[in-house]
Amino acid sequence: MVMSDMESAPAAPARIAGVDEKILAERAREAASTRRDVLFDVSRLTVSYADVPALKGVSLEIYKNFVTAFIGPSGCGKSTFIRCFNRMNDLIPSANVDGTILYHGIDLYGPEVDSVEVRKRIGMVFQKPNPFPKSIYDNVAFGPRVLGWKKDLDARVERALRHAALWDEVKNRLKASAYSLSGGQQQRLCIARCLAVEPDVLLMDEPASALDPISTTAIEDLMHELKREYTIVIVTHNMQQAARVADMTAFFSVEVDEEQDRRTGVLVEYDATPTIFTNPGDKRTEDYVTGRFG
Amino acid sequence: MTAQDATAAAQPEPIRLRGERRRWGEDVVKGILALCALVSVATTIGIIIALVEPSIEFFREVSIVDFFSGDRWAPLFTPASFGIQPLLVGTLVVTFWACVVCLPCGLGAAIYMSEYARPRVRNVLKPALETLAGIPTVVFGFFALTFFTPLLQDLGLGVNVFNVLAAGLVVGVMLIPVVASVSEDAMSAVPQELRDGAYALGSTRLQVSTRIVVPAAISGIIASYMLAISRAIGETMIVLIAAGGIAKITFDPREQSQTMTAFIGATGIGDIPTGSIEYKTIFAVGLTLFVITFAMNMLSIRLVRKFREIYE
Repeated sequence: MVMSDMESAPAAPARIAGVDEKILAERAREAASTRRDVLFDVSRLTVSYADVPALKGVSLEIYKNFVTAFIGPSGCGKSTFIRCFNRMNDLIPSANVDGTILYHGIDLYGPEVDSVEVRKRIGMVFQKPNPFPKSIYDNVAFGPRVLGWKKDLDARVERALRHAALWDEVKNRLKASAYSLSGGQQQRLCIARCLAVEPDVLLMDEPASALDPISTTAIEDLMHELKREYTIVIVTHNMQQAARVADMTAFFSVEVDEEQDRRTGVLVEYDATPTIFTNPGDKRTEDYVTGRFG
Repeated sequence: MTAQDATAAAQPEPIRLRGERRRWGEDVVKGILALCALVSVATTIGIIIALVEPSIEFFREVSIVDFFSGDRWAPLFTPASFGIQPLLVGTLVVTFWACVVCLPCGLGAAIYMSEYARPRVRNVLKPALETLAGIPTVVFGFFALTFFTPLLQDLGLGVNVFNVLAAGLVVGVMLIPVVASVSEDAMSAVPQELRDGAYALGSTRLQVSTRIVVPAAISGIIASYMLAISRAIGETMIVLIAAGGIAKITFDPREQSQTMTAFIGATGIGDIPTGSIEYKTIFAVGLTLFVITFAMNMLSIRLVRKFREIYE
């Protein structure tokens, strides 16, 4: 459905300020050369809080070893959506999820699926760095320990920290508190913490929004590295960031129901990142990426 | 000077920031509030003075070494003997059995309310627990004597009519809400982001509770424990009613025994002449009790500081 909308795209290509066309071209080449294996197949997903829908009727596919970005204005349900992929919404008593998310063909919300098993395979990094009030080492070792992986813990911790490009900065003070790190280091520590349990998928909910530009660059570079081994889904406020890191981009928007005073998030358009930014199929996407709205 | 002149010239009517009058009401309120804070401090000082004076007189007649090293407590008999050890042991045993109940149950209740219970359940459970904290201790005392002791007898434990076990366990039950309430407050203050981070790594609810929430709230939990222990040491009515009146060194909880507080309570309401050595005994024991609970509080403050985990 979304794809067919593309044919009626406006002729004039949309442009967003600050996004380098070379980057988009590179993204396009990368996307063309990578095989698309469906990892998540989302269909007609609706999430409600206390029976008020926050996100309605979302269908899309997420591909293996791709970076997929969710963009859109505040309140469009993109964070709600990403939390569906590892069933974090289960932790909110009033939340209810309808529709299906197939992961490797298995419905994540099926009756026999255990949310703890899901989260072992699908890790998550949050908006605000949330290291545990423990040492750097214990933060990374936390996941392996709860999973009972006691063997070669030191090697595993080192590997995860190297993977998250943090090892050189912390190798001499692994016993120091995680709070002694800077914000950007803390966020990379949280990424290392996720990687230590060897997930398939890394969900990142605005991972750089609380960070300075240098730390943001470090995180973005990391995503490029990590997508060789992991599938990454990222929510971002920052369109330039989506353009820089994502292979596929989904644009969400808000539908306002004046009568009931309800705001519901909907998926407007989902396509390869260069298409979303230069040749979007929907007027709302174009307005958003060109900065006319939101 | 010149700057001021210029300002005055530019503004036809100079603004005035001086108050029209002194706000006396403000001073009065401040005074009253300070007085409120002083009441408890002044009372503490008053208690110390009231305890110390007769205690000094007591220790003129009984050597402090005999007091702490003696193992026979019989101040009202002839020949009188003033070894406080039996009372210390009685207090220790009651406190031990109270802790056996209140520390694990209180923490368990706190974890349940903070991590497991749905909001609706918690909203019923917490007030219910706090109601338990509002029951007068004399009621708990008779509960221990007339319900708990017969229950222990029916279980074939061979307990005395007055026994330390029933008294200690009921003191523990009484203190569950103290531990649960203070610990639960500490756990609820742990940021949700920390739980989310642990859940996102595939932790179970139990792992999140025991490995993230409890360590992060440990200073509050220790505070609740120390508060409960202090309360158990100081608990009077339950032990007075249910633990018996014979001071003797025994660690067998089925026996009767007397605690420091029970001695003070029992002797204080008896007809002993003011100023007599028996009378002064009450203050010597009271001072000992005060020193112990004061030391507990100091220890509590130090432990809470030591274990405080800073989270942003």
